[in-house]
Amino acid sequence: MNVPEPSRTDPALLRNFCIIAHIDHGKSTLADRMLQLTGVVDQRQMRAQYLDRMDIERERGITIKSQAVRLPWAPSEGEEKSGTTHILNMIDTPGHVDFTYEVSRSLAACEGCILLVDAAQGIEAQTLANLYLAMENDLTIIPVLNKIDLPAAQPEKFAAELANLVGCEPEDVLKVSAKTGVGVPELLDKVVREVPAPVGVKDAPARAMIFDSVYDAYRGVVTYVKVVDGTLSKRERIKMMSTGAAHELLEIGTNSPEMKPADGLSVGEVGYLITGVKDVRQSKVGDTITQLSKGAEEPLGGYKDPKPMVFSGLYPLDGSDYPELRDALDKLQLNDAALVYEPETSAALGFGFRVGFLGLLHLEVIRERLEREFGLDLIATAPNVVYRVEMEDGSEHTVTNPSEFPTGKIDKVHEPVVRATILAPSEFIGAIMELCQTRRGSLLGMDYLSEDRVEIRYTLPLAEVVFDFFDQLKSKTRGYASLDYEPTGEQTSDLVKVDILLHGDKVDAFSAITHKDKAYAYGVRLVAKLRELIPRQNFEVPIQAAIGSRVIARETVRAIRKDVLAKCYGGDISRKRKLLEKQKEGKKRMKMVGSVEVPQEAFIAVLSSDSDGDAKPKK
Amino acid sequence: MDPMPSALPDGEPMPEDGALPRPALTGAAERPLGFYLHVPYCATRCGYCDFNTYTAGELRGPGGALASRETYAATLVEEIRLARKVLGDDPRPVRTVFVGGGTPTLLPAADLGRVLAALREEFGLAPGAEITTEANPETVDPRYLADLRAAGFNRVSFGMQSARRHVLKILDRTHTPGRPEACVAEARAAGFDHVNLDLIYGTPGESDDDWRASLEAATGAGPDHISAYALIVEEGTQLARRIRRGEIPMTDDDVHADRYLIAEEHLTAAGYSWYEVSNWATTEAARCRHNELYWTGADWWGAGPGAHSHVGGVRWWNVKHPAAYAQALAEGRSPGAGREVLAGEDRRVERILLELRLAAGCPLDLLAPAGARAAARALADGLLERGPYEAGRAVLTLRGRLLADAVVRDLVD
Repeated sequence: MNVPEPSRTDPALLRNFCIIAHIDHGKSTLADRMLQLTGVVDQRQMRAQYLDRMDIERERGITIKSQAVRLPWAPSEGEEKSGTTHILNMIDTPGHVDFTYEVSRSLAACEGCILLVDAAQGIEAQTLANLYLAMENDLTIIPVLNKIDLPAAQPEKFAAELANLVGCEPEDVLKVSAKTGVGVPELLDKVVREVPAPVGVKDAPARAMIFDSVYDAYRGVVTYVKVVDGTLSKRERIKMMSTGAAHELLEIGTNSPEMKPADGLSVGEVGYLITGVKDVRQSKVGDTITQLSKGAEEPLGGYKDPKPMVFSGLYPLDGSDYPELRDALDKLQLNDAALVYEPETSAALGFGFRVGFLGLLHLEVIRERLEREFGLDLIATAPNVVYRVEMEDGSEHTVTNPSEFPTGKIDKVHEPVVRATILAPSEFIGAIMELCQTRRGSLLGMDYLSEDRVEIRYTLPLAEVVFDFFDQLKSKTRGYASLDYEPTGEQTSDLVKVDILLHGDKVDAFSAITHKDKAYAYGVRLVAKLRELIPRQNFEVPIQAAIGSRVIARETVRAIRKDVLAKCYGGDISRKRKLLEKQKEGKKRMKMVGSVEVPQEAFIAVLSSDSDGDAKPKK
Repeated sequence: MDPMPSALPDGEPMPEDGALPRPALTGAAERPLGFYLHVPYCATRCGYCDFNTYTAGELRGPGGALASRETYAATLVEEIRLARKVLGDDPRPVRTVFVGGGTPTLLPAADLGRVLAALREEFGLAPGAEITTEANPETVDPRYLADLRAAGFNRVSFGMQSARRHVLKILDRTHTPGRPEACVAEARAAGFDHVNLDLIYGTPGESDDDWRASLEAATGAGPDHISAYALIVEEGTQLARRIRRGEIPMTDDDVHADRYLIAEEHLTAAGYSWYEVSNWATTEAARCRHNELYWTGADWWGAGPGAHSHVGGVRWWNVKHPAAYAQALAEGRSPGAGREVLAGEDRRVERILLELRLAAGCPLDLLAPAGARAAARALADGLLERGPYEAGRAVLTLRGRLLADAVVRDLVD
């Protein structure tokens, strides 16, 4: 087979595409089949979900980091000349709402996309959101139903749904089984036939868009690019247009699927480059790369700095792990330009970091990696959003930690809002609207996707979404609803800070900013929960919730009156000393809040955003 | 009182000959020496009891050694001879002897006398030595008591527990109300210098008034010593099972606290003073000197299955089962199952946890800086007495006694 070489490939033979799919709808399995059919991975090397590299990705079946794979394919049918080998660049996109910006950059590197939907479940909210993004980027959409081999598949129903969304005929929807491989060659043929070839100016100064940037312990940062104009050649000096920083191009090449060096990348091609930088923040997604000398004047459009939306305090359970936590965050940041953090001190939790995330999944992934890959035991404070507080004296504060909410005369408080899209069977409309209503949502609109499925759109404060909204939505719709949201700005709201006081001492980690109408319920709930969790002490411990100096809820932990074993004779002494040693170990797991011993479990239970307090937020 | 809960601690293995590390005997002459003798037999097992005791009269060991009530005294004598060998030329006579169980009075008085004679022969008894046995009110009569007295016993401790029939029933105690009080008179008549009554409070179903009645009956009988223990529901006992099944309600700690205050008030009014958290006596001479050995780091040898010993910072404990115990001695081996050699810090911690329970308290200079700061806080919180504190001792207040374990946790820092 005569396979075109990188940097010498006719753009007319290139097809850059991505796959948009919901978690579990079979994207990775489809990618596996494509790797096999095009022969880039042989049978012997094949393993399930080949492209998902991180353990957490594979376990959860989600893709966090995207990649690009160069696949040679000679269509066997259609109008294209039979036997001419084309180059298909499959660009993997992250599948989650937190990474919308990364998705949009991946889409910008493509001319077409496969819209992959489970034939037993239909389209989900995140997929729909990504589909709209693809449409905004003028991508050619190839609708595909997967898992047609399942007994529960309803290909006709969902083909009609897809046709309706994409604007095609139901019979244009391809039906495949990524698992068995049925329909996959036809799909590859269709990509060649329908996805337009990239168009760029060959003789212009190079302009390459970064759509992903990955830190590799051995090679430094690996940057994935699409060359829009011109050619990038190895050993060239290049420039990052957002910062003007210059780098040596140590290696350039393509993935098939392992990295394979080449002489360069030319118009329309997709591949990787290595410059020796050690930190992905020096090679930012969305940035434009050009030559250092005689480079392009204008960067490609669409670049944005990642902006954290959700904040949480991360503290080591054992205070002496603080340096390890800092090192671990430093390491993760090498691979995650969106991760921001700064040291903070909590009277209750000690030394830790206030960490900014793109969203809840991002938070959870980072926290899990810190615990799993770095062996850290962490307490995470309840996630909160960023508030902008205008004071009557005209000054303004940006609050990323509720305990830093300003005191004094407040004029206005602004909170971020999102446009949330919820897809669900129509029988749950009532339950969903009730939930959104209690979360201070306002209805934007509702559309029927098919006879019994609706799309509901709401404006919601982000703070309400980060607080167990998804769990509630899932439980109220028996798991059928899917959710997507995107930031749309901010609104002024009647917000107050609720403080929790233990024996008169404020516990900074428990401070929360809530809507005035919900402050009382929040205070009562937290105070009651703490009463259950705080062991009786030698003295009576009042637990109060307060707004400013006004107490809105109160409970009391009665003083313990008896803590002595009646008998202590010859045979009891060893046992008693050992018990004492064990109790002292237990005491180490207590945090002192003023004079009150609070078990760490109490912090974990109260701070977990789940309303029952015993489970982590799930996605 | 029985110094022996059923579960043995973890420790290092005991050498076969039971030899002690040499430093354990250094300076021994300065410390009093006592003997605890365990009798692991009972007529019936009480529902709350987790002590090492057996109702069968005969138990046979794996090697064929017989552990029976009939031969038990002889087995104990064998361990006393082993003790003599292990302690070598230690010149100390025995200051205190305490026979506990189980039910020691299931053995004939002559058997108990035989064991005492062995001690006299091997070690000698110090002049004025305190020789106690526990006794079950139902198994003794004036004749038996007179025999004990003649054998050399001068202190007797009766398990009274309660004056109320329904409380005794929950505890599976078979004696009739009134019998323990009569025993006190019989013991006095037999010539015993010191008599103790053991009481238990906080039994499920017991009211404050039941408890007052028990205290009334006990003090009315005129013993010179009273021990009062909160009922501990030990895992694995019949009582624990009944509570878990919901047949019997659990008594909560606040009720225990109330009962303790009632006891303190009643006993003080009746002329008894506390000298340890659970022990009251009419005079200093009436205090149990044997138990004081435990609390002041003195030496004692515990003979019998499961018995614990302490000599010069070495604690060890015997195998639990009477048959295994008899087997070891029959083969000339130490019945020790394991031991621990205490490090300096262990001994400091033990001193704090034991001495703080005493009316004499523990010296403040035993505390590390963090513990001393905790002591200052405890004083401010009303858990330590000001007078003794200013004189350099940590002595618990009445409220402090009820929170003694919490205070200890802070003071050992």
